[in-house]
Amino acid sequence: MATAYHDELDPLLGRKNLVEGGVSYHDITEAVATPIEVPNSRWWIAFLISLSMLGVLGIALGYLFWMGTGIWGLNNPIAWGWAIVNFVFWVGIGHAGTLISAVLFLFRQKWRTSINRASEAMTIFAVICALLFPTVHAGRPWVLYWSLPLPNQMSMWPNFRSPLLWDVFAVSTYFTVSLLFWYVGLIPDLATMRDRAKTPMRRFAYGLFALGWRGSTRHWLHYEKAYLIFAGLATPLVLSVHTVVSFDFAVSQLPGWHTTIFPPYFVAGAIFSGFAMVLTLLVPLRAWFKLGHLITIKHLENMAKIILLTGTMVGYAYAMEFFIAWYSGNPYESYAFTNRLFGDYWWAYWTMVSCNVITPQFIWFKAIRRSPLALFVLSIFVNIGMWFERFVITVTSLHHDFLPSSWDYYSPTVWDVATLLGSFGLFFTLFCIFVRFLPMLAIAEVKSVLPQADPHYHAPHHAPTSGKEHH
Amino acid sequence: MSKPSKKKVYGLLAEYDSAAGVFHACEQVRDAGYSAWDSHTPFAVHNLDKAMGLKPSVLPWIVFAMGMTGAISAITLQWWTSAVDYPIIIAGKPYFSWQAFVPVTFELGVLLSAFGAVFGMLGLNRLPMWYHSLFNSERFHRFSDDKFFIAIEARDPKYDPERTRKLLEASGAAHVEEVED
Repeated sequence: MATAYHDELDPLLGRKNLVEGGVSYHDITEAVATPIEVPNSRWWIAFLISLSMLGVLGIALGYLFWMGTGIWGLNNPIAWGWAIVNFVFWVGIGHAGTLISAVLFLFRQKWRTSINRASEAMTIFAVICALLFPTVHAGRPWVLYWSLPLPNQMSMWPNFRSPLLWDVFAVSTYFTVSLLFWYVGLIPDLATMRDRAKTPMRRFAYGLFALGWRGSTRHWLHYEKAYLIFAGLATPLVLSVHTVVSFDFAVSQLPGWHTTIFPPYFVAGAIFSGFAMVLTLLVPLRAWFKLGHLITIKHLENMAKIILLTGTMVGYAYAMEFFIAWYSGNPYESYAFTNRLFGDYWWAYWTMVSCNVITPQFIWFKAIRRSPLALFVLSIFVNIGMWFERFVITVTSLHHDFLPSSWDYYSPTVWDVATLLGSFGLFFTLFCIFVRFLPMLAIAEVKSVLPQADPHYHAPHHAPTSGKEHH
Repeated sequence: MSKPSKKKVYGLLAEYDSAAGVFHACEQVRDAGYSAWDSHTPFAVHNLDKAMGLKPSVLPWIVFAMGMTGAISAITLQWWTSAVDYPIIIAGKPYFSWQAFVPVTFELGVLLSAFGAVFGMLGLNRLPMWYHSLFNSERFHRFSDDKFFIAIEARDPKYDPERTRKLLEASGAAHVEEVED
């Protein structure tokens, strides 16, 4: 069934059942909870690789704190090197989770129930990686609290007109709200894990965080309202965060940065890269943990379509930037864009275009968007392309600005590479820990999209199937 | 009640096998006029709150109050620090350049709204509550897996061990038991 070219549709609803194989509630609990309870050798391999990459981060940061940011390839015109590239890259990835949980929730896209938990976890870990970079790039991370409006002996306040300060508020609010949203969603599933726990330690740990949840309808009433409000709050929030990140660039005067297209273009790119990372993570996970009947081909196909849409929007934005650079008649602006295509960093620009504009167009072919392997490969290209996009924006605009006397070429050092690699270590280590200890599908939500979860469902007289009747 | 135990009775707990079953049973318990009762389900069954006759949640008002508090505090903070306490000209803009203060105002409004939503929800639900009488039931633990329950408390004025049990049994319960407090 999984490899069929078309999905079987429910004869009465005319839509595909979101969970395949006519499973019961208990089957879903087992399918999600068993991998957490049984140790898995494949998990250990993934975890140890991630952990060693995290070790690289430890070394890179230790040396950075000892020596200072001079160990990176930064020079005079390019004061924002890989640290900012990586920050925007990770924040962008962190957008898919909240988009899936909030925006798709408001649009009643029920297929989100199978992918929202893992995507939200991905969001939180990506934002942790993102927050790392401005923190260490500031040079003296131990005085980071200076960015907060705290009374001090100089009676000075932060500059609230600066987009960099807006970023402090936007990203930290985004992190807090994503974490709370994720935790609220986890409470019923933590109760499931508590009630299944075989050891006192597990019962205590899950029970502590389940807060004594007992599935009461009086509780669900407030809970569902809270979830709806959260979705309503997170939707403008997720759009605002990358908008504010784009203001870091757009509010400056630099050719190539000072454009009004930046906020929507950044948001589309963020969703694009975030969905790609969700595919990168979920395609192997659904195979390893045998969750193909819950995260079906249809789910992957839907995500691929969002990648196609946002990828095409990003391609449109690239084209429009060039049009406006020419149409503005501003020689600095025109030069900045000619320099992107044919200047010193032409290779970065063409890597970006190949990965971000050309690769997603393969998704038009149904055979490709229904093949997990093809989607996995595509998602890797998108991840690479989106990292290069931020590199192109940051570095090509800075390295040739207004005065030719200050132009310079920028190349990263081994410490830049080690820090980026290490941030992947941090991300994958956190994700491995998540997969090991927490339900990576929203158990309660997946149960609620089964046909028999409808209070007006009448079971057929024999085996439970997808049949559904209304009266 | 019939037991000579010193322990108090919390109430009666009825178990159902399906969402449809608990839904129709809730309608019957509601129509019988009970007030101190609840249903327990593995997931939020659609419209079960209406089958129980519950009033809509007051949570949106809490969130609205919190959100307004956040936004007003943020704009006040930015105005006071930039225009009153330490006025300084930046980029030739007015001291109170409110356009530049929109992002932080929005973010703090959302942040406090989110706190209102989570902590308001937990407060209204009286969570965390790690001990509850229902956890004394062996069968109740399956609420988080695949079973549906109705619990009617002994403190309900209409509660009667015999008649309440009959009502629950007649409503299609697979199993009815008395739970200790």
